[in-house]
Amino acid sequence: MPSLPPIRPEDEVRARERRGTGAFDAPAADEPDLSLFEYALRLGDDSLILGQRLAEWTGHAPSVEVDLSLANMALDLVGQATHFLNYAGAVEGRGRDGDQLAFHRDVLDFRNCLLVEQPNGDFAQTMARQFLFSTWQKMLFDHLTRSKDEMVAAVAAKAVKEVSYHEELSAEWVIRLGDGTEESRQRMQDGFDWNWRFVPELFDMDELAREAAMRGIGADLTILRDVYHAKVRSVVEEATLVLPSDQRPILGGRRGHHSEHLGHLLCVMQFLPRTYPDATW
Amino acid sequence: MSKDWPLWEVFVRSRGGLSHRHVGSVHAPDAEIAVRHARDTYTRRMEGISLWVVPSAAIVASDPADDAAMFDPAADKVYRHPTFYNIPDHIKHI
Amino acid sequence: MYTTELQKTKAVDAIEDPEKLAAFEARVAADDFIEPKDWMPEAYRRTLTRQISQHAHSEIVGMLPEGNWIGRAPSLRRKAILLAKVQDEAGHGLYLYSAAETLGTSRGQMIEALHSGKAKYSTIFNYPTVTWADIGAIGWLVDGAAIMNQVPLQRTSYGPYARAMVRVCKEESFHQRQGYEIMMHLCQGTSEQKRMAQDALNRWWWPSLMMFGPPDENSPNTAQSLRWRIKRETNDELRQKFVDITVPQAEAIGLSVPDPALHWNESKGGYDFGEIDWEEFYAVVRGEGPVAKERMKARRDAWEKNAWVREAADAYAAKKAQKKQAA
Repeated sequence: MPSLPPIRPEDEVRARERRGTGAFDAPAADEPDLSLFEYALRLGDDSLILGQRLAEWTGHAPSVEVDLSLANMALDLVGQATHFLNYAGAVEGRGRDGDQLAFHRDVLDFRNCLLVEQPNGDFAQTMARQFLFSTWQKMLFDHLTRSKDEMVAAVAAKAVKEVSYHEELSAEWVIRLGDGTEESRQRMQDGFDWNWRFVPELFDMDELAREAAMRGIGADLTILRDVYHAKVRSVVEEATLVLPSDQRPILGGRRGHHSEHLGHLLCVMQFLPRTYPDATW
Repeated sequence: MSKDWPLWEVFVRSRGGLSHRHVGSVHAPDAEIAVRHARDTYTRRMEGISLWVVPSAAIVASDPADDAAMFDPAADKVYRHPTFYNIPDHIKHI
Repeated sequence: MYTTELQKTKAVDAIEDPEKLAAFEARVAADDFIEPKDWMPEAYRRTLTRQISQHAHSEIVGMLPEGNWIGRAPSLRRKAILLAKVQDEAGHGLYLYSAAETLGTSRGQMIEALHSGKAKYSTIFNYPTVTWADIGAIGWLVDGAAIMNQVPLQRTSYGPYARAMVRVCKEESFHQRQGYEIMMHLCQGTSEQKRMAQDALNRWWWPSLMMFGPPDENSPNTAQSLRWRIKRETNDELRQKFVDITVPQAEAIGLSVPDPALHWNESKGGYDFGEIDWEEFYAVVRGEGPVAKERMKARRDAWEKNAWVREAADAYAAKKAQKKQAA
C-alpha cells in the first residue's frame, strides 16, 4: 500500500466547489451536453404545453376578470418555455432554436409531464391541474434558483415569482370551488380525481433526473415530495375535499410516451410551421 | 341565473413615494380575489407596486348638487396661500 | 376596439328641467367633464350607456376571432404577442363596462342585453378568421380603424369614458403595429404567404370601412352626439381619414386595395373610393353576419356554462361573512 498524501480541509473545499465540472464522466467541452439538453427540454415542454392549454380558455372564461388571470398565467408559461427551449437548442448545438423545438418535434420527442397535457375540462378541472402543477413547479424552481447551471438558475429565478402567483391563485380557486356550492364541490372533486394519477410522475427520479440532481443542475425531487403532499393536503382540506386515494402512477411523459391528448394539441399548435416548412413568420 | 360578482374600486400606487390613485374597478366575489383581479387587470404593464381594493358600495361621495356649499367657501380664503403676503425681494429664504 | 352607433335613441325627452339642461349644455360646450354623480339629461345617459356598452361588447366579442388563432400562432413570439393582445381586449372590455356601470346599468344587465341580441357590437367581428393573415389584417385594419375613432374619444365629455379611452389608447398602441408587421412578413415571404395576405386584405377591406358606421346623411343622432362631445368627428370624416392613411401602407408592402374606383383626388387632397355595400352592413347589423351565430353562442356558453363558478364563489363569500359575524 503506497503512502498517500492526506486530504486537507482546503482540498475538500476546492473539491466541493468543483463538483460537476471536471469529473471523469463529465462531457468533454466540445461535445453537446445531452443530458442538460434533455433536462432543459423537460422544463420548457412543461411550460409550453400548459401555456398552450391555458390559452384555450381565452375568450371563454367564467368572467372577464378570470379571462385576464388565465391569460396572464399562459403568458408567463409561454415566456418560460421560450427561455428554456432556446437554451435547450443552444446546448444541443445543432442549430435548433425554441421555435424549431416547439413546432417541429413529434409526440415521442416531447418531454413534458402528463399532467400538463390533460384537457382543460371545466374550470374546476383546469384549476385542479393548475394547483397540482404550480405547487410542484414553485418548489422545483425554488431549488433551481441554486442550480449549478447559470442559465437554468437565471430563468428559474425569474419564473419562481410567476409560478408562486399561479400557485396562490389556483389554491384560492380550489378552496372557493371546493367549499362553494354542492355542484362546485362535486366538480372540484372530479377535477382532482381526474388529475391525481399524474402526480407521482412529477416526483419520478429516472436516470436523467438523478444525473441532473447529482451534477447540481437539477433538483432531487424525492426530498420535495413530503412537503408537496403536506401543502396539497392543507389546501384540499380547507376546500372541504378529500384527496383521491393513491392510484397506480401513470408515467411515461418524460420518455415521450404521452396520453392521446398531446397529439391533438400538437396538431393545432404546429399546424402552420408544418404546412409551410419554408416560411418564416 | 346570470348574476355577477360585486363591484370593487381599484387604487394603484405606481411607485414609492406616491399616493394610491383610483384607476378603475373590477368585479370579484371577495376581497382576496378582488386583489387578484385588480392585479391581473390594472398592473399588466408594470403600472404599480401596491394595490388597494374597496367595495364600491363602501365609498361615500359628496353630492355634486351641493358642491357650491361644499367647495365655494374655500375660494376666498386667499390668506391660506403664500403669495398672499408681500415680502420685499431682498429678504431671502422665506 | 370600436363601436359604431347601431341603435338609435328616440328623440330627447322634453321633460327635462330646462334650467338644468341649459347649465349642462353650457358645461359640455365649454369642454368641461361630466362625472357620474353630476346631473345629466336622461337622453345623454341613455346614449352614453348604449355607446359605451356597445364599445365594451365589441372588445369582448372581438376576442373571439383573434382568440381563434392563439393556439395556432406560428412561433413562440407570435403566440405571446397575440395572447397579450387578446388579453388587452378583455381588459379594455372591462374598463369600458366599468365606465358604463357608473351610469347606473350593471354589467350583468349589459351582458344580458348582449346575449339576448338587444345590444349590438361592431359588425366587423361577425366575419371569420380563416387564415393566419387575418390576424395581421385585423391588427392593421380593424385596430387601425379603432384607433382613429378612439383617439378623439379621449376628450369625450363623460369623465369615466374619457379616462377609460386614455388607458385603452395607450395600451393599444402596439396592436396595430403588430398586425402590420405580420402582413409585412407575409408579403416578404413565400408565394403562399403573399396570397394569404392579399386574400385577407380583400376580405377585410370593406368590412373595415363599414366599421365607421352609416354615412353621415343616415346618421341622424350625429349632430346631438357631436354637441354633447360623446362623438368628436363624423363617420364619413373618420372613414376618409382611414382610407387616406391606409392605402399608402398597403402599397408599401405590395398589396392592392380591392377597390377599382380608388384613386387620388388632388383637389380634395384625399382618395376617392367606391360605394360601400350598405345592404351588407345592415344585414350584419341585423345579426346576419357569416359567423354571428358562432360569436353569440361562444359568449353565451362562456357566461351560462360557467355560471356555477360565479355562484360557487358567491356562496363561499357568504359562508365566510357568516362565520365572521358569528365569531
